[in-house]
Amino acid sequence: MRQIAIYGKGGIGKSTTTQNTVAGLAYLGKKVMIVGCDPKADSTRLILHAKAQNTVMDLVRERGTVEDLELEDVMKVGYGDTKCVESGGPEPGVGCAGRGVITAINFLEENGAYTPDLDFVFYDVLGDVVCGGFAMPIREGKAEEIYIVCSGEMMAMYAANNIAKGILKYASSGKVRLAGLICNARKTDKEFELVSALAAKLSTQMIHFVPRDNQVQRAEMRRMTVIEYSPEHPQAQEYRTLAEKILNNKMLVVPTPLEMEELEDLLMEFGVMEAEDESVVGVVEAAAA
Amino acid sequence: MSNLLGLEVKKIAPTPPEEVERVKNWINSEEYKEKNFARQALVITPAHACQPLGAELAAHGFEGTLPFVHGSQGCTSYFRSTFNRHYREPAPAASSAMSEDGAVFGGQNNLHEGLENAVALYKPKMIAVFTSCMPEVIGDDLTAFIKNAKQKGCVPNDLPTPYANTPSFNGCHIHGYDSMLVSILQTLTEGKQIEGRCTGKLNLIPGCDFNTGNYREYKRILKEFGVPYTLLADISETFDSPLDGHYRIYPGGTKLDDAADSINGKATIALGSYSTTKTFGWVKDNYSGKHVSMPVPFGVAKTDAFLMKISELFGKPIPDSLKAERGRAVDLMTDAHQYIHGKKFAVYGDPDYLLGYVSFLLEMGAVPYHILCSKGTKKLEKEIQALLDASMYGKEGKIYINKDLWHMHSLLMTDPVDAMIGDTHGKLQARTAKIPLFRFGFPVFDRVNLHRIPLIGYQGVLNMLSTICNKFIDITDDTCDDRHFEMMR
Repeated sequence: MRQIAIYGKGGIGKSTTTQNTVAGLAYLGKKVMIVGCDPKADSTRLILHAKAQNTVMDLVRERGTVEDLELEDVMKVGYGDTKCVESGGPEPGVGCAGRGVITAINFLEENGAYTPDLDFVFYDVLGDVVCGGFAMPIREGKAEEIYIVCSGEMMAMYAANNIAKGILKYASSGKVRLAGLICNARKTDKEFELVSALAAKLSTQMIHFVPRDNQVQRAEMRRMTVIEYSPEHPQAQEYRTLAEKILNNKMLVVPTPLEMEELEDLLMEFGVMEAEDESVVGVVEAAAA
Repeated sequence: MSNLLGLEVKKIAPTPPEEVERVKNWINSEEYKEKNFARQALVITPAHACQPLGAELAAHGFEGTLPFVHGSQGCTSYFRSTFNRHYREPAPAASSAMSEDGAVFGGQNNLHEGLENAVALYKPKMIAVFTSCMPEVIGDDLTAFIKNAKQKGCVPNDLPTPYANTPSFNGCHIHGYDSMLVSILQTLTEGKQIEGRCTGKLNLIPGCDFNTGNYREYKRILKEFGVPYTLLADISETFDSPLDGHYRIYPGGTKLDDAADSINGKATIALGSYSTTKTFGWVKDNYSGKHVSMPVPFGVAKTDAFLMKISELFGKPIPDSLKAERGRAVDLMTDAHQYIHGKKFAVYGDPDYLLGYVSFLLEMGAVPYHILCSKGTKKLEKEIQALLDASMYGKEGKIYINKDLWHMHSLLMTDPVDAMIGDTHGKLQARTAKIPLFRFGFPVFDRVNLHRIPLIGYQGVLNMLSTICNKFIDITDDTCDDRHFEMMR
């Protein structure tokens, strides 16, 4: 069983990419479980055709204790026999969502969710790894392969580099490795080259360049993956290709994250960022005029 | 080797006796001390407790008040059992008993249900809420939670419900005491200040003091003076109530009306600036009358200052009875001085108590030698240093801030002293160093009634001095050779 965690900047398309890729693996006959680690609980809706009604934490809230929960209550099966679980979490602004992820994953482990017939477990993790709870999926004995979803946008690259820093911390004490960047294209200039260059600097690969295609949105409106909605569409083939690349990926590395300056140089080189003009820093509009 | 069931048992780590002996000696060496003091990531037996424990003490000092821990149950048990062991009295307190789901969703529901139950079951006149680590780590908003509780009717609107954020991983018990006390005073005195009103009373804030005898001594002194007073807070009845066959959940504490009216007091004295920082700061800005912050009156000089301050604030002469008491204190110090003069002491404990031990020892010509505070500041270090500098017996004293009792072990073994002053936690170090430990601090789990024996005031001088000197004489009797075994000492 290979356990894989997907990280990336918020809104970059992690959940969409994860589900389409998982659908691709299912299409190839693999048994997969998705564990959504985001209080918003939208990591499995395309596989299940519905937002998961009962997240682990929803039921804990309802029953008052995790001890009264059973696996069947929270695990649903969707497209291609894919098992789906959402950790869920508290309302925004209260409690501790990170602890919710820990509670949920502990529950899954203790109740035998990780069955030997599974080929893959995918963790789809909230964009900002704000605390230890969201690093739960990459603790010892869990996911050892991490893919970062990014694009050629500046903030997405910053986020990818930051995540690589986090991975480095875990990699130095454990088996977790960076397995590649997945470029979810936003049609920015020289996107392919830029993300490839960043991947090279991080000592990893851009495992696949997923082109932008509105077919993804059309499928999403129907709460489906492209692979299920239109298996013949070229975009479906892209995700199957990504799935195959992941299936055969052997390039697992300890990342070499960039210093801030190095990253900014790279961005400037590709024209994503302009050189800073120190003379305008902190000068208000009226004063500059 | 086989065990009781006849099964073969392998020793886990067979260590030759000479190796055990070598390590036993090594941990007492100068070389080990260096390693011990280079230690950074680990604390071994700190000489302090956590914030909520102090907060609970403050809550117990008020009439009909239920201490309520917002957090997990185990923390609450720890505070209660610490009080049980120290006082050998019950310490009723409630808990919101947060568990796994509380940690994820926030503790508001636990708090609300807990408060509702507490009101219904224990009929308190006030509930003092304070927190343990868990709600602090997840960022529970206590202000909003309490407001919502009142809106929802979990707590009657007119039931005072002060609250304090007291994360255990920050500061120590004296800070929790301070935060809880200031919150209680803020809650009770709200809207109670009356223009032109003066109660004519002294508000005495004794600070984070666990010794019920001290509270009784303060009251006795003020009675001798004829100065009316309100103690903020008073734990003496809570933890030293008569055994008459009836259990009372709230056996004592300062009357809530008196505490409310304290804002119109004639004067306020806060003792122990380290455990009353916030409280005094707020009182100074909000209370009528005069305000003074002073050290806890350990030893003659500090007691003199305390009495003179009361005399000054209330325009009353120091009563003859107390003057006579002072005379007797000086006499008994003279009688006993030869047994303590020049003796070296290791002392550890709370900042305000440490300052007291040091000035008392210096007054007796004893040498405060190792002075250790496991939760202290640069300001404390300076203040102790000033005491040492002002006395010819202070020259050898060295101050160790934010060091623990395992550091103390190294100090005692490489640079020996005659005795140690502290609490029960230092008993292993004292035993290893073969010196007596005088349990003047908190907690004391292994001796009886010590919390009933006052250490402050002239009476405190008598008690501390008799305890110390008689122990030294005991040691002489126990260890001297036959030729020197005398009737007279």
